[in-house]
Amino acid sequence: MFTGFLTVTYDISAVALKAHPEFKSLPRISKHTPLKLFTPSTIPLFTPFLMKSYHLDHLDYLETEAIHIMREVAAEFERPAILFSGGKDSICLLRLAEKAFRPSDIPMPFLNVATGHEFPELLEFRDRRAKELHAKLIVRTVDEALEKGIAVQAPGQISRNQLQIPVLLGAIEEFRFDCCIGGARRDEEKARAKERFFSFRDSFGQWDPKNQRPEIWNLYNGRLNPGENMRVFPLSNWTEMDVWEYIKREKLEVPSIYFSHKRRCVRRGGQWVPDTELMPAKANEEVKEIVVRVRTIGDIISTGCVESPAATCDDIIDEIAAARVTERGSRADDRVSEAAMEDRKKAGYF
Amino acid sequence: MSSNSHPVDLLRFNTCGSVDDGKSTLIGRLLYDSKSLMEDQIEALERSADITGGGQINLANLTDGLRAEREQGITIDVAYRYFATPHRKFIIADTPGHVQYTRNMVTGASTANLSIILVDARQGVIEQSRRHAIIASLLRIPHLVVAINKMDLVDWSEERFLEIKDQFEEFLPRLDIKDVKFIPVSALQGDNIVTLSAHTPWYPGPTLLGHLETVHIASDWNLSNFRFPVQWVNRPNNPTDHTLHDFRGLSGQIAGGIVRVGQKVMILPSGFSSIIEQIWTLDGLQEEAFSPQSVTLVLEHDLDISRGDVIVDAEDLPGSSSDLHAKICWMNPRPLTPGKQYLIKHTNQTVKASVTAIEHRINISTLEKQDGITELAMNDLGEIRLKTAKPLIYDGYARNRLTGSFILIEPGTNATVAAGMLLPPTEVARPEYCDFAI
Ligand SMILES: Nc1nc2c(ncn2[C@@H]2O[C@H](COP(=O)(O)OP(=O)(O)OP(=O)(O)O)[C@@H](O)[C@H]2O)c(=O)[nH]1
Ligand SMILES: [Mg+2]
Repeated sequence: MFTGFLTVTYDISAVALKAHPEFKSLPRISKHTPLKLFTPSTIPLFTPFLMKSYHLDHLDYLETEAIHIMREVAAEFERPAILFSGGKDSICLLRLAEKAFRPSDIPMPFLNVATGHEFPELLEFRDRRAKELHAKLIVRTVDEALEKGIAVQAPGQISRNQLQIPVLLGAIEEFRFDCCIGGARRDEEKARAKERFFSFRDSFGQWDPKNQRPEIWNLYNGRLNPGENMRVFPLSNWTEMDVWEYIKREKLEVPSIYFSHKRRCVRRGGQWVPDTELMPAKANEEVKEIVVRVRTIGDIISTGCVESPAATCDDIIDEIAAARVTERGSRADDRVSEAAMEDRKKAGYF
Repeated sequence: MSSNSHPVDLLRFNTCGSVDDGKSTLIGRLLYDSKSLMEDQIEALERSADITGGGQINLANLTDGLRAEREQGITIDVAYRYFATPHRKFIIADTPGHVQYTRNMVTGASTANLSIILVDARQGVIEQSRRHAIIASLLRIPHLVVAINKMDLVDWSEERFLEIKDQFEEFLPRLDIKDVKFIPVSALQGDNIVTLSAHTPWYPGPTLLGHLETVHIASDWNLSNFRFPVQWVNRPNNPTDHTLHDFRGLSGQIAGGIVRVGQKVMILPSGFSSIIEQIWTLDGLQEEAFSPQSVTLVLEHDLDISRGDVIVDAEDLPGSSSDLHAKICWMNPRPLTPGKQYLIKHTNQTVKASVTAIEHRINISTLEKQDGITELAMNDLGEIRLKTAKPLIYDGYARNRLTGSFILIEPGTNATVAAGMLLPPTEVARPEYCDFAI
């Protein structure tokens, strides 16, 4: 016990010992030190410090990086907002916002750009979560935008993915947001892999991938001229696996559709998508009730459902570890062309 | 950088070297051969091969994610990729080789623990390979791998490999890099990337991946000098919890050292002293916290403290001065000239600064310092002196990356025009006011 204690002491860096305010007053340990110095009541006092290695694990590291970024946004922008869809990435964003700003209120509203084609489970969850966090939730929808003529539906087009762009830009203008925090990750897609943490948008909301600001160390340049805008992505370095490990570690609630459930699906474009009235199955399309879950949530007509028995976070983590298809492999909107995401981003997408 | 003895389980590395040396191909190969690619990614690669590549898959397309990059076959901006083996997690930054995009190389390299410099075996060490090695050294990336690529095009010649190794080693002593490893590879064909090649029986190993998985890299966070740049003042407006009515916390990321409840600290530049009363986190009050954790500190005294102030160990003060001496990498087409005004962002504050002198420029070919320079042009590396509108509280970059680094921003365009690394301070912080709090 006694020597073990000593060994532990010297295993950690001498530096840490020196910095400890109690170092000077720590009893000198010599052969003559009576053993009773380390009675049960004194040991717990010192051991946590002595045994500690000053090392952040992978998730802790990603977390502190993201918190730092959220606080930079709060400090450097006048009217920031957090984009909150109710999806797993934005759920992590909200937890990081709590970590960054509590015990204060989260100093920015949540903004949701809804297509009107959401999974109902998602909307219920979105509203409830915002309420629990005492946050202001702003919702702007594609339907409203179509009515007002801000957005125009291309003939024959049913997916509303593209239409989110004018809605987002409209909301930014309406509330004069100078910064939107989003939950996009670089591992999602290869145009995303090129994005900075602080991603500059010109006064038309456009991303210019050939001319991004250098981003060095953790020094983020958030300066804007009037009309310009910043998108900030604190989860840039997170992978799908990290997100689920974080959800598990933080015991975060996620919408039920991420877990295995029964659903009537249509086989379309090489994947299963929910069978809905928005886009009824054609005569030649196979319809089946299967046990599925979603990996990434888009609008209800284009979100691929993967057959899966995963009912818990642990199951999902195992499933991802064994997965042979990427998360966005199941989203029709990204499969249009090699540059589908890049084109949407240039136009002002999230 | 004083370091923690705990080896990293997350290794961040970047690829660099001249244009077309095979950086993106190497990353593609690494992902492909380590089975880190998913079926849909492989399918997408094959699809584009049929359309454009005459049936040959182009591994560089995995990271060259922009249309303009695929069209021109060059990398323009950094791509980040993530993969894991049973030994480690990796964050890769694939950076561009083209001189025009050096700023993006600096972006990718600034957060790396290791750099892989590619050299085309046919060409040997050229100016851009040297420039990137010097940048890696200025950024103090402690580990370097020199991957001598396209060995298939030089008949797997050991002689050629050794020749290039000599070229590189010739200028190595002038760089500040501790650990360098030379590996002969063919990124295109996969030799010595994940498995040892039969073409190079004279090379004993390790493979590139083997090296990345096992190289001992200590984490580079400073754990010796407590530094806490205040990022955001945390004052609940209408706390539901009444005990928090007078809560006044100082939120930020610990930029160096360890902090403990009861510790005596000083707030700079004011010089007020206080004691750490609480280390607040959402996960509960902590007894101590260390760099780079993000926390909220509560002090025993109610002092005027705002963003940009720095809380430090009362017995271990950083430097403070408005006359700064720094190494910089200039990244803007408009050259830097003495007398010009910029904004400097350092830790959590942005203040005005003007360039008072250019001390010298580094000659990339000879590595000599050239005096009598009137301007630094885009991609030049050099040493300058700056005068800031307000003293900065800082450490030398070699001691602490976070308190020793800065960027320069051009007013008006808001462009980030330089990355700077401060030389060790010559003056220790002298408090503005005398100590009345304790
Ligand atoms: N023969 C041969 N060709 C290679 C090898 N590695 C890369 N190449 C080819 O070299 C060319 C350039 O490769 P890239 O990977 O795009 O080069 P890069 O270094 O990423 O270029 P930038 O990012 O634009 O600086 C491509 O045509 C590759 O196929 C190799 O080991 N052997
Ligand atoms: Mg490349």
